Amino acid sequence: MKRLAVPILAALSAITLAVSIHYIFVKAPIQYTIMDGRLFQSSLFFNQKIFYFHVAQAFMLFAAVGLAGITSAIFLKTRNPKWDDIAAAAVDVAVLFGAVVLATGSIWAKAAWDVWWNWEPRLTMSLLLWLILVGYALVRKFAGPSADRVAAGMAIFGMVGVPFIYKMVGEDSHPPSGADGVVMNLGAEYKIAFLMSVIAFLLWFVTLTIMRVQTTRAEREARELRERGLDLGVLQ
Amino acid sequence: MALLRQAGRVAWKDLRVELRSKEIVMTMVFFATLLVVIYSFAFPASDIELVRGAVPGMLWVALAFTGTIALGRAFDRERENDTMRALLLSPVPRLAVFLGKAIAMTALILAVAVVCVPLLALWLNAPLFAHPGELALAVVLGAIGIAFIGSVFAATLLKVRSRDVLLPVILYPLLVPLFVAGTKATAALVAEPSNVELAWFWIRFLGIYDAVFLVLSLWTFESLVIE
Amino acid sequence: MGLDLVEIKQVAKRYGSERALAGVTLELRAGSMCALLGHNGAGKTTLLGVLSTLVRPSAGGIAYRAGGKLVEDEDVRREIGMLAHQSLCYGELTALENLELFAGLYDVDRSRKILDALLERVGLDVRARTRAARTYSRGMLQRLALARALLTRPSLVLLDEPFTGLDRSGALSLGEQLGELKAAGAIVVVVTHDLEAIAGRCDHIAILRRGSLAFEERADTYSYEQLKDIYHRHAN
Repeated sequence: MKRLAVPILAALSAITLAVSIHYIFVKAPIQYTIMDGRLFQSSLFFNQKIFYFHVAQAFMLFAAVGLAGITSAIFLKTRNPKWDDIAAAAVDVAVLFGAVVLATGSIWAKAAWDVWWNWEPRLTMSLLLWLILVGYALVRKFAGPSADRVAAGMAIFGMVGVPFIYKMVGEDSHPPSGADGVVMNLGAEYKIAFLMSVIAFLLWFVTLTIMRVQTTRAEREARELRERGLDLGVLQ
Repeated sequence: MALLRQAGRVAWKDLRVELRSKEIVMTMVFFATLLVVIYSFAFPASDIELVRGAVPGMLWVALAFTGTIALGRAFDRERENDTMRALLLSPVPRLAVFLGKAIAMTALILAVAVVCVPLLALWLNAPLFAHPGELALAVVLGAIGIAFIGSVFAATLLKVRSRDVLLPVILYPLLVPLFVAGTKATAALVAEPSNVELAWFWIRFLGIYDAVFLVLSLWTFESLVIE
Repeated sequence: MGLDLVEIKQVAKRYGSERALAGVTLELRAGSMCALLGHNGAGKTTLLGVLSTLVRPSAGGIAYRAGGKLVEDEDVRREIGMLAHQSLCYGELTALENLELFAGLYDVDRSRKILDALLERVGLDVRARTRAARTYSRGMLQRLALARALLTRPSLVLLDEPFTGLDRSGALSLGEQLGELKAAGAIVVVVTHDLEAIAGRCDHIAILRRGSLAFEERADTYSYEQLKDIYHRHAN
């Protein structure tokens, strides 16, 4: 079963990604507003399609911080390295994805508001979450043998800090979310594309994370076997 | 409670050690002063509007930098003769050790703030004393947050490689909500007209932040510090 | 009631990918001095760390017993005295202040008379007692460290390379103190490379090699020649 997990998930991710791309580019209409019979100037047109990737990946940053925080807490309690593996893998993958979120957010900002960056709430929050993840990655890399313990601490504190970051960035110029929000008010064609892209990215994230965890476990097993060999005098 | 008494002993020891040499307090105050001097070159004091906008940030940046350096230095001291090991080895509950150190650090950071705030008000003509009570509360809550979260990680990093660099790497992202809240509270207080209502919102935010992280720190300290 | 039996059961410790200890099982008894020997990196300091409760084992555990009953947590720490390469004392405080501080933390008698008597016993000069420990010579620091360790009348005394940096007479004097402790019924564990200093006093040898217990033996006493011989035969 475990051997099949990655190939199945990979296939699923590929399929949902393909489907969502189809929905995004083919099915969902280009967003524009008509006022007085003419096209409204601040429409995003084709750039709006970035929305599908951008929001999906932002969710994924949240998921990563949450996952890292929870698995780190379990790791500190049980000291079982397999939990720490998950945290480290999730963060590794999320750092990369996060970089993409920020880049796509930047492009959208340029298209919508003509600046590559402004300190508006969702961008800021993504940046802060990403920085926490990057900090974690740096700690893992440079803290030496106790890196797992220290990084776990950072993950837990980071996760607990997320609600505060959320509150702190407040509501400014970002499109509203929740009941009023952009998503709910989208027409049916948009909604499906959006949902598909969120699922696709989450699946992709999970697939990559699992692959990373498997690599780490394989490394550990190889190391332990080598130690056993050295102990028994079979190896040099 | 015995726990608090032991924590008090640890805190008092820290403060006594610091008072003997005054090394951290003196260097931090000097550093903070230098920061204010640099600020005043960066921002012409004649433009009141500009300064008023910048001073809140300056104050909290100064607290951030001096706080982190003070934390590093104070815990470094515990490395010199491995006295941290002596503390953890003693029958004193590890929570008490943490509380004691965190309380002492709060006092140190506040000592720096006490110098920084008047300096900023004086040299940059900033109306920081418009609402002294609220400002004091914000600064105290900020100092507590920096000291407690900082103490957890400074202690965790005690025997870790690259600890000097890693402490800011860990602390700054985690403390962002604290710095932003402090800055916004201070900004609301020095604004013309001052928005005390808004300031209280951010002070409450700081209070909740401190409470949550205090509990988290107490909970995780032993797990993180014992190898 | 002091500790009279310490059972180390299958204690293992990993730091990330490094294996410091691999399933060490050992029994320590009252009124004995155990020499914990081995090359650098063999795991001696780690084992001492686990014994002192400052290092959490990855596997296995230690049972501390007093009169057959299990002793735990803070009560165990109350019984431990440690002497390491560093003094474990505060440089800015004087000898008396240091002792007062630790007496307070361990909740033992802090009267000036007792502290003075203790400092007398370890041979710390009267004039030095009211000077900051920062100003002490290495020998004096070691005496202060010993006083600090003895202050609490520990029944488990752990020493990590205590003879380093001491001159011959200092080492002899320390050796004598340890002999007294052993005679009084304490469990003494010494990690050292200075076999001469413990010759004639230790009655239990444990040699670690790459994290495992390579050799263990008990006898009435061991001479310097015997120690050297055993060390050469088993430490490699």
